[in-house]
Amino acid sequence: MTKGRETICRALDIHKTYWRGKVAVQALRGVTLEIRTNDYVSIMGASGSGKSTLIHILSCLDTPTKGEYFLEDKLVSSYTDAELAGARNMFFGFVFQSFSLLPRLTAIDNVALPLVYAGVKKRDRNQRSAEILKKIGLGDRINHRPNEMSGGECQRVAIARALVNTPKVIFADEPTGNLDSKTGSEIMEIFDRIVEEGNTVVMVTHDSNVASHAKKIVSLKDGLIDGE
Amino acid sequence: MVNDVLNKISLSVQTFRTHRLRSFLTALGIIIGVSTVIAILSLIEGLNRSVAEQIQSIGSDLVFLSKSPIVLAGPQNIEEIANRPDLTPDDALAISELPSVEIAIPDISQRLNKLKYRDKEIANVRIRGTTEKFSSVNNRFIESGRDFTKDDVTHRRSVCAIGSYVAKNLFPDESPVGKELNVRGHRIKIIGVHREKGAFLGQSMDNMLVIPYTFYEKIYPSRGESVFERAFFGYSIDIKPKKGQVERVTDEVRELMRRRHRLPFDKKDDFELGTQQMLMEIYQNITRVGFIAIVAIAAISLVVGGIGIMNIMLVSVAERTREIGIRKAVGASNQNILSQFLVESVFLALVGGVIGILLGLLLAWLISIVSPLKASVSFWMVLLGFGFSAAVGIFFGIYPARRAAGLNPIEALRYE
Repeated sequence: MTKGRETICRALDIHKTYWRGKVAVQALRGVTLEIRTNDYVSIMGASGSGKSTLIHILSCLDTPTKGEYFLEDKLVSSYTDAELAGARNMFFGFVFQSFSLLPRLTAIDNVALPLVYAGVKKRDRNQRSAEILKKIGLGDRINHRPNEMSGGECQRVAIARALVNTPKVIFADEPTGNLDSKTGSEIMEIFDRIVEEGNTVVMVTHDSNVASHAKKIVSLKDGLIDGE
Repeated sequence: MVNDVLNKISLSVQTFRTHRLRSFLTALGIIIGVSTVIAILSLIEGLNRSVAEQIQSIGSDLVFLSKSPIVLAGPQNIEEIANRPDLTPDDALAISELPSVEIAIPDISQRLNKLKYRDKEIANVRIRGTTEKFSSVNNRFIESGRDFTKDDVTHRRSVCAIGSYVAKNLFPDESPVGKELNVRGHRIKIIGVHREKGAFLGQSMDNMLVIPYTFYEKIYPSRGESVFERAFFGYSIDIKPKKGQVERVTDEVRELMRRRHRLPFDKKDDFELGTQQMLMEIYQNITRVGFIAIVAIAAISLVVGGIGIMNIMLVSVAERTREIGIRKAVGASNQNILSQFLVESVFLALVGGVIGILLGLLLAWLISIVSPLKASVSFWMVLLGFGFSAAVGIFFGIYPARRAAGLNPIEALRYE
């Protein structure tokens, strides 16, 4: 282990098979991957290559059919539902392609959502969420709802939500997929800055321009790692 | 923990606000169910109270000894009752000497189809033969004139005290005291008028003539020989126990009467002993049937209401699949999601319950204004309405909530 760069996630020979109707789809066929503090990883691959499945397993949204996945040396497959929820809450932040904000909540309430499940008091929740929104340039949008904001603004709210609980890894699944190229590159600058500040980011994309921001590119093909 | 629940309640309020009409329609089943139950329960309770008051008013803690049961419960052999020995004024005398008894009086009565005074006429007057102690046993008071006395009884005087109904209807413009009535060819002089007593179980207690039993025997020398007349038309004995001795009175009277009737120990009683408690019980048995019917109706409407809630919660879960996915992605556990939806369905049911309670109270109040029925509201009814709706919310909310909690986050996030 390199000093100061401890391993956070370790995936060993991960397989994932799921059923689409009566057809078994082998999304992952033995992926081994390690993520360390302050990594900036892009996972690339064509659609159907299993990159989304991989990031879902890494972020504890899904579980592997075979293989071992360790979170700071703890085996995730032994986790209960509540522990998995806890891991998603405390360990990871997640940024989705389609923003995935709750339409009825204001920006600040959307950002505060992970803190609700972490059991943080309302006053602290609001304070922390407002701070992050300000930092990300949305200080004047705190009380706006998603439908009152542009796509770029929504995605920034989503990033703020991913950051609010000071997670160990931030996962992003095609974070620029729904944005025009200008807004997309603004979002990528935010990710770059986050990593400079010492955070760890793992991103799924099929856009090589986006992937080039990362320090390490993992390319996936047919459920296997094709090159690093 | 409290914080968490408050959070979920405020979420529920939000959902309720967003879907006002839908939520209201969903709660309607519960509203109707709870309001019906509250309205009817408070009316029954009102009825119960007034009956209890009436039973109290006949005289507290009386014990009745009679040849036939007060109410024929089920098939009973009338022949057997008719062949029992008659009760007599002598029995009353013997009973009045028991240590636990304050007063015991013979009481015999008939109904007169008509009673006339000049051009006035009333129907169904009860003529009652008893002693001078009748008034103190039955909590009656003479309003004008005087009661008859022991002397009147011993000398078979043809005097009577009349109920207020008789006085009002036969003598609307004059004092009845001193006037004479004619019953089966006997002239009876009115010497007193009772204060109004009201109705008991729908029967007027004031449409009666009270005369010395000795004179009654002169008017009705025999009571008829049919089985029915022999079974039901004899003396009964009204007993007023000394304070707090009701239990002892029944035991002592039973023992005394068995001795007087020379009943061997293996024979059943050939007389009936009743207390006011029993009267109350008879009444309660009658109302219980109505009560059970209402509970059944209420249960059905609550189940229907509950199914409405379940249905709308399932719709809500489907609609909010993405929301559930997002919440799970940022760290909500199955438990969190489950309780969120459960709180929501309970909230919905409780809103229905509270509206139902208020509506029911309003309904009971309106009925008691426009009809002679009195409504009486107790706290337990409100509690019951509240508890029932909460239970419906939990019971019918648990399935949709479990369904929401069990959603796979990935699939939920993909859901469009």
